[in-house]
Amino acid sequence: MTSWRLVARAYSAINSGIRFPHAYCTSVALSGHRSFSTGTAVRKDFFKDVESHIKEFQEKASAAMPGSGWHPMHLTPGLPPERTDILIVGGGVVGWSIAYWLKKKEMIRDGVRVLVVEKDPTYSQASTVLSAGGIRQQFSLPENIHLSLASADFMRNINDHLSVLNDDPIDLQFNHSGYLFLASEKGAEIMEENYKTQRYAGAKVTLLSPTQLKDKFPWLNTDEVVLASYGLENEGWFDPWTLLNAFRRKAMSMGVFQCFGEVTGFKYKTHSIMTLDGDLVDLKRIRYVNVRMPNSLEYQPVECAIVVNAAGASAGKVAKLAGIGAGPEHTIGAIPVPVEPRKRFIYVLHCPDGPGLDTPFMIDYSGVYFRREGLGGNYITGMSPEEEEEPETTDLEVDHEFFQEKIWPHLANRVPAFEKLKVTSAWAGYYDYNTFDQNGILGLHPLVNNMYFATGFSGHGLQQSPAAGRALAELILDGDFKTLDLSALGFQRIFSNQPTLERNIV
Amino acid sequence: MALLMLMQSRGCVWTCLTVIRRNLSSSSALLAPPKPNSKLTFFLCQRFHDVEQMISWSSWLKSWTLRRKNVYYSYTQSEYGDNIAAAFYILSMKGGFRFAGQSDWFRTNYRGKFSWDFVNFPDVPIEEVDMSRTLINYSGLNNLVSQQGLRSLSLRGCPEVDDWFLSRLHIYQDTLEKLDLSHCPRITIGGLASLHHLRKLRRLELSSLPQLQSPGLVRILLEEVLPHCNISGVDYREGLTETNTHIDKQTDSEITQLTEEHTHTQGPHRQTLTQ
Ligand SMILES: Cc1cc2nc3c(=O)[nH]c(=O)nc-3n(C[C@H](O)[C@H](O)[C@H](O)COP(=O)(O)OP(=O)(O)OC[C@H]3O[C@@H](n4cnc5c(N)ncnc54)[C@H](O)[C@@H]3O)c2cc1C
Repeated sequence: MTSWRLVARAYSAINSGIRFPHAYCTSVALSGHRSFSTGTAVRKDFFKDVESHIKEFQEKASAAMPGSGWHPMHLTPGLPPERTDILIVGGGVVGWSIAYWLKKKEMIRDGVRVLVVEKDPTYSQASTVLSAGGIRQQFSLPENIHLSLASADFMRNINDHLSVLNDDPIDLQFNHSGYLFLASEKGAEIMEENYKTQRYAGAKVTLLSPTQLKDKFPWLNTDEVVLASYGLENEGWFDPWTLLNAFRRKAMSMGVFQCFGEVTGFKYKTHSIMTLDGDLVDLKRIRYVNVRMPNSLEYQPVECAIVVNAAGASAGKVAKLAGIGAGPEHTIGAIPVPVEPRKRFIYVLHCPDGPGLDTPFMIDYSGVYFRREGLGGNYITGMSPEEEEEPETTDLEVDHEFFQEKIWPHLANRVPAFEKLKVTSAWAGYYDYNTFDQNGILGLHPLVNNMYFATGFSGHGLQQSPAAGRALAELILDGDFKTLDLSALGFQRIFSNQPTLERNIV
Repeated sequence: MALLMLMQSRGCVWTCLTVIRRNLSSSSALLAPPKPNSKLTFFLCQRFHDVEQMISWSSWLKSWTLRRKNVYYSYTQSEYGDNIAAAFYILSMKGGFRFAGQSDWFRTNYRGKFSWDFVNFPDVPIEEVDMSRTLINYSGLNNLVSQQGLRSLSLRGCPEVDDWFLSRLHIYQDTLEKLDLSHCPRITIGGLASLHHLRKLRRLELSSLPQLQSPGLVRILLEEVLPHCNISGVDYREGLTETNTHIDKQTDSEITQLTEEHTHTQGPHRQTLTQ
C-alpha cells in the first residue's frame, strides 16, 4: 500500500518535470517535490527506471493515439504557485481592484507576490457581471459617499490608471444620466438630511420639488411624491465587464498571478488567549490555503502570508472555512462574518413609448428602480424583496411573477408609459448581502490576524470597488487608511454590535 | 554627429509619444492597425526596463503638461477676480472670448501672443467662449465655472473634451444657447445624454463625432428632450443600416434592430472573458 503511494507520487514528480503547463507553476511544482530526486543511490536507480518506463509508455501511447492529448498521469495545467505573499480569494471586480492597487503601491518591482484565485473563469455567477452597473453618491453615510466619489474620480481618469501599453483605450461606456430618488411624505425629511450630508461631502446633488420634477421629466407621474433628489454629476451607469476586464488586464500586466480554482479550506495555527471578560478565544493565523482545481479533486496548498477575502456573496462561506464563527457560544469567537447571498432579479423591458434620453437611474420610494438600456426603448428594472419574501438562493432562476405582482404596478403607476410593455429577458444575481448593516466590510478580522475582508457591499460594491481596493491595499501595505478614513467600515462595529446603517438601501 | 544623435533620440521619443497617444486618446486611432514603429516600441518595451520606464515617463509628462495647462488659476482669481481669471485662462489656452455687451473678440495671434486689454474689464462677465482646437479638459472647466452668464461655447475639435466634460455643462443650464461639439473625438452618447439639462439651448452642432454610434437616432432622441434646439451636423439617416430609406419611413423594424443590437451588446452575458 505504502509502496504504491510512493510510486504514484514519484510518477507525478517526474511527470511534472516532463510537462510544462505554466512556466511559473512548473518551477514551483518541481521544487516542491525535489526531495525525491536527491535520495539515496538505490532509490535514484529506481526512479530512473520508472522515468524511462514512463517515457516509453508515453511514446507508445502517442504512437497509438496520435491525436489524443490523453496522458495516464495528467498534471492539471494552471496549478497555482506553492508560495505567494498575498492571496486574494475571488476574482470579481473587488478582488482585481485590490490586486491592482497592491501592485501599484509596491515600492520596488515585484516587491509583493500577489495571487488571485477565482473559481469560475466564465464568471457565470459573479455579482459583478450580473449587476445593474450603477454609480451614485446619494448615500447617507459619509464613508459611502466618499468611496463613490473617489471611484468616480478613478473612472474619469481610468486611462491614466488602467491603460495597458499598445491596448485600446478603455471605454467604460459611462452614461452620465444621474440618479433620481423620489421621496414620499414619510421619507422627505430623511432625504433632506441626506442631501445635506451629500453636499457637505462634495457630491453634486440637487433637490427638486414635484413641480420642478414634472417640468424636468414630463413622463413622470408625481402623485404622492413630496421631494426628489437628483444627481447632477458623477452619477449614472457603466459597463461592469469593461471595468472588471480593465482591472484584470492591468493587474496581470503588472505581474499579478491568476489561477482558476476554488478555495476549499485553510490550514491555520491556533493559540488561545483570554479576553478581559475571562472568555477563552482562539486566535488564528492562516499558513496555507487549499486551492482545488476546477472539475477535479486535485488541490494544491498555497503558502501565503496574507489572505484577502473578496469572494463577494460567498465571503461568509469562505470565512467559515477559516473557522470564523465556530467558537464557543456567547464569546466573540462565535460571531460569524454576516455576509450571505441574496438573490435579486433584473428584468429587461421593451417599451417603445417609454421615457427618452433624459431617463435617469430612477429609484421610487416603493423600492422599484429602473434605468434606460441603450437607445432602442429598452429599460432594466428591479426591486429588493421584503425580508420575509427572500427567494431561495440555490440557483439563479428568475421569478417572473415577482415582476408582475410587485414591480409592474409600481412602475406603471410612476411612469404611465410603462402600462404597455414587454419583458424581453431577465436575469438574477447574488447580492453580497451584509445581514448586519448592508454596508461594506473592509478590514482585518480581529481573530484571524492575517485575513483581510473586502466584501458585504450589498448592492453597491461595483461602484465602490476602485476606492475600496485602494483602501484595502493601504491597510495591507501601509498598515492604515491613508486617503480615505474608512475605519467605520471595519469589524469593530460588528463585534460591538453597532450597525452603521444606510438610510436608503437599494 | 551630436546633432545626428540628438535627432535620433528625438525620433525615439516621438515614437514613444505616438504609442502613448494611441493609448490615452481614444477614437480614430482606435481603428487603425498598430504601426510598425509602435510594434517595435512594444517589443523593446517588453525587453528593456529602460524603454518601459521612458515610455511611462513620457506619458506622465504628457498628462502633466495637460494638467498644468488646465490648472485652476487661483492666484489670478484672488488678485483680479473671476472674470479676469477666466479670460486669462482662455487666452493662455489659445482660445477666444467676447465680453458681454461688447462686439470685439479677444483672441491670441498666430504665435499665441495676446494683448492685455482684457484686464480693464474686471466686472464684465464673459458671454461667448471659443475654445476650438484647444486642450481644454474636465479640470480646465473649473476656470469657467464662474461665468454664469455664458451663452455660447465652442468646443470644436477639442481632443480632451469627453463625456465627463459634457456631464459638467449643467452649470450653464439657465444660460447656454449655443454649443458646438463637432470634431470632438471622444464624445459618445453617454455624455450627450446629459445635455438635456441645457434647457435654454437653441443650437447644437454635432458633426463628425467618430465615437458616436447611430448619430441619426441620437439626433432624434436629443430633439425629443431639447424641443427648442436646432441640431445640425447630423443627418437623420446617419448610422442606420439601410441608406436609401426616407426619413419619414424610419420604420419600427429599424428601431427594433437597433434595440436588439443594444441588448446584445449590453446584456449581462455578453462575452466570456478572453483568457
Ligand atoms: C442584480 C444586482 C444589481 C446590482 N447593481 C449594482 C449597481 O447598480 N451598482 C453597484 O455598484 N453594485 C451593484 N450590485 C452589487 C455588485 O455587483 C457587487 O457588490 C459587486 O460586484 C461585488 O463584487 P465582488 O468582486 O465582491 O463579488 P463577485 O463579483 O461576486 O466576485 C466574487 C468572485 O469570487 C469567486 N469566489 C467565490 N468563492 C470562491 C472560492 N471559494 N474560491 C475562489 N473563488 C471564489 C466567485 O466565483 C466570484 O467570481 C448589484 C448586484 C446585483 C446582484
